[in-house]
Amino acid sequence: MFGLNARDTSLLIVVAILALCAPFILNPFPQGSAMAQFNAGYPDLMQRFVIFGIFAIGFNILFGLTGYLSFGHAAFLGVGSYSAVWMFKLLSMNVIPAILLSVIVAGLFALLIGYVSLRRSGIYFSILTLAFAQMSFALAYSVLTPITNGETGLQLSLNDPRILGVSQTADGSIPVTNLFGLEMRGTYQMDVGPWMFQFNAGYYLSALIMLIAFYLSIRIFRSPFGMMLRAVKSNQQRMNYTGLNARPYTLAAFVISGMYAGLAGGLLASMDPLAGAERMQWTASGEVVLMTILGGAGTLIGPILGAGFIKYFENIFSKINDTVLHQWFGFLPDGLEDFVVFIVHPFIGKGWHLTLGILFMLVVIFLPGGLVQGGQKIGKWLRGNKAGEDDASKASTKPAE
Amino acid sequence: MGILEVKNVNKRFGGLQALSDVNLSIAENTVHAIIGPNGAGKSTLLNCLVGKLIPDTGSVMFDGQSVLGRAPYEINQMGISRVFQTPEIFGDLTVLENMLIPCFAKRDGSFEMNALTSVTSQKDVLAKAEHMLEEMNMADKRHMHSASMSRGDKRRLEIGMCLSQEPRLLLLDEPTAGMARADTNNTIDLLKQIKSERDITIAIIEHDMHVVFSLAERITVLAQGTPLVEDTPDKIKGHPKVREAYLGESA
Ligand SMILES: Nc1ncnc2c1ncn2[C@@H]1O[C@H](COP(=O)(O)OP(=O)(O)O)[C@@H](O)[C@H]1O
Ligand SMILES: [Mg+2]
Repeated sequence: MFGLNARDTSLLIVVAILALCAPFILNPFPQGSAMAQFNAGYPDLMQRFVIFGIFAIGFNILFGLTGYLSFGHAAFLGVGSYSAVWMFKLLSMNVIPAILLSVIVAGLFALLIGYVSLRRSGIYFSILTLAFAQMSFALAYSVLTPITNGETGLQLSLNDPRILGVSQTADGSIPVTNLFGLEMRGTYQMDVGPWMFQFNAGYYLSALIMLIAFYLSIRIFRSPFGMMLRAVKSNQQRMNYTGLNARPYTLAAFVISGMYAGLAGGLLASMDPLAGAERMQWTASGEVVLMTILGGAGTLIGPILGAGFIKYFENIFSKINDTVLHQWFGFLPDGLEDFVVFIVHPFIGKGWHLTLGILFMLVVIFLPGGLVQGGQKIGKWLRGNKAGEDDASKASTKPAE
Repeated sequence: MGILEVKNVNKRFGGLQALSDVNLSIAENTVHAIIGPNGAGKSTLLNCLVGKLIPDTGSVMFDGQSVLGRAPYEINQMGISRVFQTPEIFGDLTVLENMLIPCFAKRDGSFEMNALTSVTSQKDVLAKAEHMLEEMNMADKRHMHSASMSRGDKRRLEIGMCLSQEPRLLLLDEPTAGMARADTNNTIDLLKQIKSERDITIAIIEHDMHVVFSLAERITVLAQGTPLVEDTPDKIKGHPKVREAYLGESA
């Protein structure tokens, strides 16, 4: 279907179903229960899951296929956000032109940075991309203030010119982002007993775009172009002596992944119309590297898993505090309760980075193929248990022969 | 005029004169062997032909066009394919994918942005790659991870990849180095078969005299960066200078 083979089609369908049902899947715990803390099915976070999924899917086209590790992709995300906000300020609150401009501007910016950085490979390439991204960050923070509004960040105001639309609504507030009238913040809330499920327009638009982005990435992976990108990673020497010019291939991959980043940036701004320089900082670039490696670089689904995993940690673990811990461990004797809370304390709240760091190290050491490899191992182990029993029965019959 | 004309080529590495005044003419549709002791400059000469190294002075003409100043991929697109001393294949890819890549390069040139078609829909290229694998006797290994094959199989695959580009000149750098006798004989047979089935010029660097005398129609002996003699295999066998400089040593 859609030019995909059976396996890829079912993968796409599974991801589509998960994305569609996310408001249910991510909110398994009733409101007000102790476990409600772990619910992730609220619009803001769900939007982040899919938007950073797009960012990581694109990054994987560059890093997963060609092996070129960019440490500056957040620059394209930031450029995407700025472009989108400017579109809201100047043209219209409709998200479509904003998103289109984000992708185009990020693509052009990636063409420029990629053209220079791809003159080198390996660590030098990584450093060049990092340098460019930090330069962009610093510029956005200072010199480019007229465009980026510096430290404050770029926001909408009550007197934006907005050619196709109004500067203020009738009640004197800033208009909201929309898709041909459908407000991105619009949320339908469904209450089922103690459960609450939220269906947000912005989330569903982002999820739809993520599915399209994912579909395109599968097509790229299965195309002759994608095979050439893997050839670049595998043996550039052989590639050169096979009449192939690696440079345009890597540059095309770089620009494509930059456009994905721009798309993610544009969507972020469409959900919440502001853009700040910190979006371009090196930590943000590092995060997408972590997402891709954690999920499984070079695999189709890995980056989405990695993005979901990290965003979940960032938003859920960081909100657990000592009060919550005391509630959980309240059943323990007081001394023991304090002790357990003391032990767990460094790993939660602001300490979520520590937990994530440890998890990341464990994955890299034991599962170099990321969470996807973990899944495969579990699958094999489940099937292997059956096969193992067969082997055992064979072995036991052998001496009898 | 040969298909490949090397004139007055010099190459220095620091204080070492790796090639000094090399002149070489390789006639079209022949198998031309270049022999010589280790460090004679054979690989260096080959590197100067394919754009990996640029000679300090001299000229290298392929089919009347200079190869100097062109990138390796451009030289390859002119019709020169090269097999390396240690097999260079795409180790992360399957055997079939390895074969597909040169077939795409032959059809589409050095760069083609076909990102939205699937590999499996490219029937012409697939058929060609499958055919080439049959010819190399590797069809049963098509879904194998190429890095996990034996050295002999890697070499075979590499030769097949070069041939699928239909080169006019095939360069082989010690194709049997490190191979067992049986694999060496297989390689000799393979090269003989290749030569008998198509119009192709082969330049082969080789250490193993058995291979050289089984295949070569002309032999150039290189010693310390200079061609010593060039002649037919029979003449080379009896040449006193060669016996002294090379054959005596390897016997
Ligand atoms: N890239 C290089 N840098 C410095 N010296 C080199 C380089 N390549 C080859 N040489 C030297 O040039 C000489 C010829 O080497 P090579 O062409 O590999 O010999 P052969 O292939 O005939 O054994 C050797 O002495 C070798 O050490
Ligand atoms: Mg050599």
